[in-house]
Amino acid sequence: MIAFLLAQTIAITGGTVYPVSGPKIENATVLIRDGRIAAVGTSVAVPAGATRIDASGKWVTPGFLDGAGQMGLREISAVNNTNESSVSGDPVAASFNVLEGINPASTLIAVNRIEGITTTLAVPNGSLILGQAVLIDLDGRTIEAMRVKSPAAMVADLSEGSKDAGGGSRAGVAQRLRQVLNDAREYGTRRADFRRNQIQNLSASAADLEALQPVLRGELPLLVIANRRSDIETALRIAKEYKLKLILAGVAEGWMIPDEIAAAGVPVLVEPLDNIPSYDALGIRYENAPLLAKGGVKIALMETATENTRDLRQEAGNAVASGMTWDQALRAVTLTPAEIFGVADRYGSLEAGKIANVVVWTGDPFEFSTGVDHVFIRGRDIPLRSRQTELLERYRTLPPKY
Amino acid sequence: MRRSIAPVLAVLVAAGCASGTARTSGSPSPATTAAKPATQDTSGRIGSQYPSTYTRHPNPPVLIRNATIMTAAGQEIQGGSILFKDGRIVAVGTNVQAPSDATVVDGTGKWVTPGVIDVHSHLGVYAAPGTFAESDGNEATRPVTAEVWAEHSFWPQDPQIPLAIEGGVTTIQALPGSANLIGGRSAVLKLIPARTVQEMKFPGAHYGLKMACGENPKRVYGQRGGPSTRMGNMAGYREAFIAAQGYRQKWDKWDKDHQGDPPERNLRNETLAEVLRGNIYVQNHCYRADEMAQMLDLAREFGFKIRAFHHAVEAYKIADLLARDGTAAAMWSDWWGFKEEAMDGIHENAALVEQAGAKADIHSDDPGGIQRLNQEAAKAMYAGRRAGIPITRDQAVRWFTANPAWILGLDSIVGTLEPGKMADVVLWSGDPLSVYARAVQVYNDGWLVYDRNDPTHQPKTDFTLGQGGPRQ
Repeated sequence: MIAFLLAQTIAITGGTVYPVSGPKIENATVLIRDGRIAAVGTSVAVPAGATRIDASGKWVTPGFLDGAGQMGLREISAVNNTNESSVSGDPVAASFNVLEGINPASTLIAVNRIEGITTTLAVPNGSLILGQAVLIDLDGRTIEAMRVKSPAAMVADLSEGSKDAGGGSRAGVAQRLRQVLNDAREYGTRRADFRRNQIQNLSASAADLEALQPVLRGELPLLVIANRRSDIETALRIAKEYKLKLILAGVAEGWMIPDEIAAAGVPVLVEPLDNIPSYDALGIRYENAPLLAKGGVKIALMETATENTRDLRQEAGNAVASGMTWDQALRAVTLTPAEIFGVADRYGSLEAGKIANVVVWTGDPFEFSTGVDHVFIRGRDIPLRSRQTELLERYRTLPPKY
Repeated sequence: MRRSIAPVLAVLVAAGCASGTARTSGSPSPATTAAKPATQDTSGRIGSQYPSTYTRHPNPPVLIRNATIMTAAGQEIQGGSILFKDGRIVAVGTNVQAPSDATVVDGTGKWVTPGVIDVHSHLGVYAAPGTFAESDGNEATRPVTAEVWAEHSFWPQDPQIPLAIEGGVTTIQALPGSANLIGGRSAVLKLIPARTVQEMKFPGAHYGLKMACGENPKRVYGQRGGPSTRMGNMAGYREAFIAAQGYRQKWDKWDKDHQGDPPERNLRNETLAEVLRGNIYVQNHCYRADEMAQMLDLAREFGFKIRAFHHAVEAYKIADLLARDGTAAAMWSDWWGFKEEAMDGIHENAALVEQAGAKADIHSDDPGGIQRLNQEAAKAMYAGRRAGIPITRDQAVRWFTANPAWILGLDSIVGTLEPGKMADVVLWSGDPLSVYARAVQVYNDGWLVYDRNDPTHQPKTDFTLGQGGPRQ
């Protein structure tokens, strides 16, 4: 029993610590106790019996948080039976919360966490109102054990992907979204009338309208996918009209209007390596993230390929190559997304009291030359094994060892 | 985006083409030999109807001095210089004198590599902005379409082309998609601004024949008359090549004796017969190890070589067979899991293929990925090193230069920085195996096609004009 308790205290010593909430600290100790960070600094006393991890010459950062993808909801994108991220039929799926679709045994989880991704947003797919996204840690035998926040955001789409839901026109999309929000507002004040059938027909089910109440109260953020400049502006307009707490995702042409976005106090999620023009975003470019950051927009970076969420660090490195500062990029994959999803009290930085999601890197986390020495999720030293490491060992020498 | 592959055939040597001082560029791989550039029309009966009209853009000699030069031929030269003139590399080393008319570029703190080559691209055939109107990559009307040529779909105004140039790419193989068992001929192109695809066709390149294994043909034709199984796929390839054998015999006989009327031309068999004659290189989309082994047997049955497996996600499982047969593996560094046949992808794939003595290549199949093949190679190199596989920096650079040149049969012309080679040269802001490096200048056959610091050398396609985007 004593050994068990002691095993819960871990001291990562000697590394260069990037707390993100403050400047880097050379030769510092990160003390983890019972799944939380107990102390960070150069004068931290390591309790007798603590497990020591020597991080001399290593870099220590918070675990990375990716606000995109379908981790746990999708094993193989081309195999429908392994996809749980959408409900077919209604383009308004506000009551659809993806949480119970998550498979804690997904092989994608281990593949990605051993490269420093510790927390991800699991995002529904769909069209106009896609449903509720949830935030999960990439460790745990059950959904409950993985859950960080559910729901973390209501997700809507104002890009060209939603045009069908608006009858084929962007104007129709905006009108339909307003109609649903109006009906949700009316439903929220006249539930009794609704139950007595003394109300006009509403444009969504009671469950969907109920699910939108925290959005209308400004408690649950509405995460809106928008890329074309005019779509971004439509999202800002609607959010202002209804006093919504807005998050913008995609935002490919955001670089054209950083002032508008910053003035509205709206944070954005951007994929830095997205630069292939389409009619949804002819102005898409590598410099989007740095230009938004320069314009004072609160920005988090994302990698949308679920199976390669681990490439978030390559996204961040490329954002730096395109003009973001290194510190901005690190914050954009740790503390800023934690703030955007309302969990910065527990996540995103190395500070006493926070959840111990910590990565020990061999060097600069954005560089290809850098490997991962340790990943801690909620204080657990994650074994650096995955289906892929097992394949490597099996085929390292041919013929394989079956 | 994450699907596709390749076709083949030899192009004519056009006037003004570079042919280079043929040299097997120090490959550590025992299984490969330098390709002989095609020196005559090998496209069958068509004579010179579809010739390359490529001509070298005139430009002054260029000396890049005091850079770190990664030759992809075994050397990384600190404080090195490279001189090129009239489209040819003249000298590489630490003591290179500039002629008086040379443009001198200060390479201090910068790196130089050969131009990047992507053996698997759909630029131009699946062009941006990506509507049905530009979807010209799969002739998905029947499972064997050896008769179609990617160059006849290729749109030189694809706005993705300048983006790839900015990533240091100088040569691509544009391929039909992978819907079909046999998808058609590839186009091997110099990646330069041009009005017509003919101006881009790499003189002397072998055409490729795009073939595809596995899930895609099955999926596309399963409900449309087949094939609906992998055994159906195999039967489909075999039937096609049996027909081509007969066609080839008839023509070979007629070419010899000229008795009677010439046999009737058949476009499909014309291409496949050139594969049988070894003039068109098979570029085979194939993910799974067991299917690659089947395809190697198929190639043996008909007496041709498979030049490379593309998307060879499981190449590491049969790297010994690839080395034995002299077939290269073109791979992604880390794509996996998006379809069932891609489930077993691992980071160390390229490193394990290299270690086994087979030719490794990093390809893109993607308009985003083609812009950073250097990064993808770096990712694969370091993953290999972390697993204890000693990949050198030179080998990693070869994965996106010399080895793709070999896959296209162009290794005597491009792919390394050696005197006599075509002056396809990239100047990088830093170590190209770092995430922070960017191409600063890109020279294609000596022509400065891109300069990050000079807007007059930042090509734009017609499509982007007046769109209000970043490239105005």
